[in-house]
Amino acid sequence: MSPFLTAQGVGVKLAGRLVLKDISLSLSSGHLVALVGPNGAGKTTLLRALAGLVPSDGAIDVGGAALLSLSLRERARRFAYLPQRHLMHWPLPARDIVALGRYPHGATDPSRLTPGDADAVLRAMQATDVVELCDRRVTELSGGERSRVALARVLAVEAPVILADEPTSSLDPRHQFDVMRSLRAAADSGVLVIVVTHDLGLAARFADTVLVLSDGRLAAQGAPAEALSEQILGEVFRISAYRSEYQREAVIVPWAGI
Amino acid sequence: MSIQSVMTTADIAARRRARVLAALGVLVALLVLLSLGIGPVRLSPLTVIDALFGGGSDVQQVIVREIRLPRTILGFAIGAILGLSGAALQGLLRNPLASPSLFGAPQSAAFGAVLVISLGLADVRSWALPVAAIAAAFASVFALLAVAGRNAGLLILILAGLAISSLAGAATALVMNLSSNPFVILEIAFWLLGSLEDRSFRHVVLALPFIVAGAVMLWSQRHAFRALSLGEETAQSLGVDVGRLRLSVITGVALGVGGGVAVSGSIGFIGLVAPHLMRPLIGHDPARLLIPSALTGSALLLAADIAVRVIPSTSDIKVGVLTSIIGVPFFLYLIMRERRALGGGVA
Repeated sequence: MSPFLTAQGVGVKLAGRLVLKDISLSLSSGHLVALVGPNGAGKTTLLRALAGLVPSDGAIDVGGAALLSLSLRERARRFAYLPQRHLMHWPLPARDIVALGRYPHGATDPSRLTPGDADAVLRAMQATDVVELCDRRVTELSGGERSRVALARVLAVEAPVILADEPTSSLDPRHQFDVMRSLRAAADSGVLVIVVTHDLGLAARFADTVLVLSDGRLAAQGAPAEALSEQILGEVFRISAYRSEYQREAVIVPWAGI
Repeated sequence: MSIQSVMTTADIAARRRARVLAALGVLVALLVLLSLGIGPVRLSPLTVIDALFGGGSDVQQVIVREIRLPRTILGFAIGAILGLSGAALQGLLRNPLASPSLFGAPQSAAFGAVLVISLGLADVRSWALPVAAIAAAFASVFALLAVAGRNAGLLILILAGLAISSLAGAATALVMNLSSNPFVILEIAFWLLGSLEDRSFRHVVLALPFIVAGAVMLWSQRHAFRALSLGEETAQSLGVDVGRLRLSVITGVALGVGGGVAVSGSIGFIGLVAPHLMRPLIGHDPARLLIPSALTGSALLLAADIAVRVIPSTSDIKVGVLTSIIGVPFFLYLIMRERRALGGGVA
């Protein structure tokens, strides 16, 4: 399978500081990719650079087209972006928030969706189990409910690439699993899903590929067990971990600092 | 829950909004008739309609069409652009306490106009006046957003707005201070209070093109405001050009408020109050609030302008004074209501 998203020598400078250096990737559709690394390694910046939200050096190609040649709207149809904080500034009904996922497709008014757009919204709400919440105001939802609504908004784009920045942070274990399962299901249906996470256990459990960022460089990439090797955990994260295997999935539990 | 029921509740909300909009339209139409009928010579609504379309006596025609119609048109248009600007700024900054007057836009526009008058560059009926007012309003809103930066919290916005309106006030005072002609000073002082009295079609022609252009600009961005409720970064990821949006809103507000202030003096707090009155009825969607806020702004300014003609007093009460007298306590009430968010220091 040819890669859907490639990056060649990508570098990003923010406020005069080189945050990302010479990143080269090639990622295929239908994969769930976990992007891990210590705080300040440049994970969020890489995600934003891939989506074209920050200017970068180097070349990024998505679906055979150069990112820079795409208009904002064309980019928005290719990348569904879930930011770290689920900002929802107005007490809008959850339905309207999810419907914003159709914005890149020209459905700018949630009260006038085409049947196709309405179907996409409903599918996304069913996938994240938020149909019951559709009339509730998003500002009155619990943290777990909000994160599911935010995820539904991202799924509703029905983009070939989903970029999710720490979608499981501040969620209880059950909700973490729900979110990761939804993203896993999206990947299984052919979407390229890239997830930033600090949870190495979740990364090992759900990801096909793990990218390890360290100080703006790609320190390792590969299957979870290889990319999160003892050596990498020691060098990049400065931790040791309990490692095992359960139901043919890698189990990694961070254990102690070194 | 099925797709049908998901859509039905949305339909109910849409019908409710349509009813509110129709009621607002009727209210504004009534206020227009009232505004045309009230003054030293009181005319019944039927006489007003008659005179408006060429019937009635010559005197009645002159009163309605030449004396009161310009005033009413300006009241409608300026009220509308203030309401629309308030709703647009609240949408852009995702903050219910945003408004042109809190950010010093009218004060700055007034400074621009006063500068032009006192330098003798133009009289109060020339194009230089709205142009100067618009330029100053643009500079003030631009400076505010530049100082506050992206994703600014409420505290920073309010403080920056306070600084800018104080600066505009001080600059205006300086101009008056340095002016050698006491009559000019008096004229400026009264003009600053904000009034729609004795305005002619010349004033309408001066202000209306800018107000319409500003309104079109703000209205064209309505869908972007909705996407912006998820924050700037997410809006950008949905295909919204946030930089262009900010520039459009600044320009639209400057055009509308500057054009309005140039002929009416500064009229405050309508932009703050109008969207608040509409939220309980229309909901919080920043795109859907624009038109109802504009109509509410019109209704508020027309009503205030009718009130200053009806309230018995020895000298004329200026409409700008009245809107501030009512608007500021409302602002205090809003602060009380938002106390928790304000106390937390985050918007």
